[in-house]
Amino acid sequence: MFKKVDARGLSCPQPVILAKRAMDQFPDEGVQVWVDTGVARDNVERLARMRGFTVKVRTEGNAFILDIGNEQ
Amino acid sequence: MQGGAALKYSRNPLVLSGMVIGAIAIALQRLGNPPNMGICVACMIRDISGALGLHRASTVQYIRPEIIGLVLGSTISAAANGEFHARGGSAPLIRFFLGFFAMVGALVFLGCPWRAILRLAGGDANAVLGLAGLISGIWVGVGFLKAGYTLGRSHRNEPGSGLVMPALMVVLLLLAVFAPQMGTADGARTGPVFASLKGPGSQHAPLLASLVGGLIVGVLAQRTRFCTVGALRDLILIRDFHLFSGIIAFFSTALFLNLVLGQFRWGFVGQPIAHSSQLWNFAGMALAGLAFTLAGGCPGRQLIMSGEGDADAGIFVLGMLAGAGFSHNMSMAGSPAGPGAFSQIGVLVGLAFCLVLGYYMRRTDLGVN
Repeated sequence: MFKKVDARGLSCPQPVILAKRAMDQFPDEGVQVWVDTGVARDNVERLARMRGFTVKVRTEGNAFILDIGNEQ
Repeated sequence: MQGGAALKYSRNPLVLSGMVIGAIAIALQRLGNPPNMGICVACMIRDISGALGLHRASTVQYIRPEIIGLVLGSTISAAANGEFHARGGSAPLIRFFLGFFAMVGALVFLGCPWRAILRLAGGDANAVLGLAGLISGIWVGVGFLKAGYTLGRSHRNEPGSGLVMPALMVVLLLLAVFAPQMGTADGARTGPVFASLKGPGSQHAPLLASLVGGLIVGVLAQRTRFCTVGALRDLILIRDFHLFSGIIAFFSTALFLNLVLGQFRWGFVGQPIAHSSQLWNFAGMALAGLAFTLAGGCPGRQLIMSGEGDADAGIFVLGMLAGAGFSHNMSMAGSPAGPGAFSQIGVLVGLAFCLVLGYYMRRTDLGVN
């Protein structure tokens, strides 16, 4: 079950900080991050891949939803 | 999909953009811009502030087309790539004063982070202290961010709100081209629009070259998210070298071209548009770095975001414009002679503002829900 982080509308680098904290807290459950700018989407995706997670990105309305899961 | 992802996270576009931006900066200097000031967001907004009569320092008044190009280049690029979104409403008044004090700090040092890098690439050793201050300010800002600092969420607005800054740039371009004399002094017509006859404001590349240079930088920076403060912040925060690679490319290219053109001169003394009061070089940029970090990006990045429809970034830019006016009117700006009579007070008030803000604007309920 994904833990949801709503980072929509937050300035750089708050989406990354919130996503990182959630990944640290819930490494096994997976984290779902909601953002609403291309910059935040790219930054969070890059962070997740750097840390060896799988990332699936989809759009819903104005939001980008990143499903971040543990590969193992 | 994998190929696309690899391309998106490749550093090649960022490195290439950093190189092109560095080359454009040096080219604009060759075409007439002041030394080590091919592109300087703080100096150029300060010159625009003077051209509009918001301050009367007669040596730094000129509507710099590079700034206009940066914003409009970003708007064009964002619109073409589906990234133009009108948004705003995240503590706009606070962002105004972050821009204001960021400018106060930058003008004590005499340059934005981009110029700090260009100054170092030209051999100006005083820039080392400015960059050390910048890193210190960012480091303090990162501490606040880790502790939950936030200015709250922005929200989508009607498209018109995102078009205000690009429209303002079009108006500035018209003022630059037609240079109307809209004021009176002793019964005679005078500026604004003012244009310096001597000093840095009188040194500029041809209007079209400046505009096109700015447009190219605007497009590249919008596509690659080029950001000096973000680069250092990501290094400190998450050990991510992605943005930093662009900065290294920017610096290396400018350094290489300066060496080739024989305009690299290492030293502390006699550097162009710089002073050697190291404490205030450091403190001015520490204030700027902290204010930029609390606002989410360097001044170049704020211009780019304002072009993408971000009204909060637009407010920050207007804060910089006002800050430049007050800096010169109240003798807070530095000059080659050293800090101004009230530089120290300006920096201390700005630091106090940012520290109180960083401490109190904290929320811990924004994480997982």
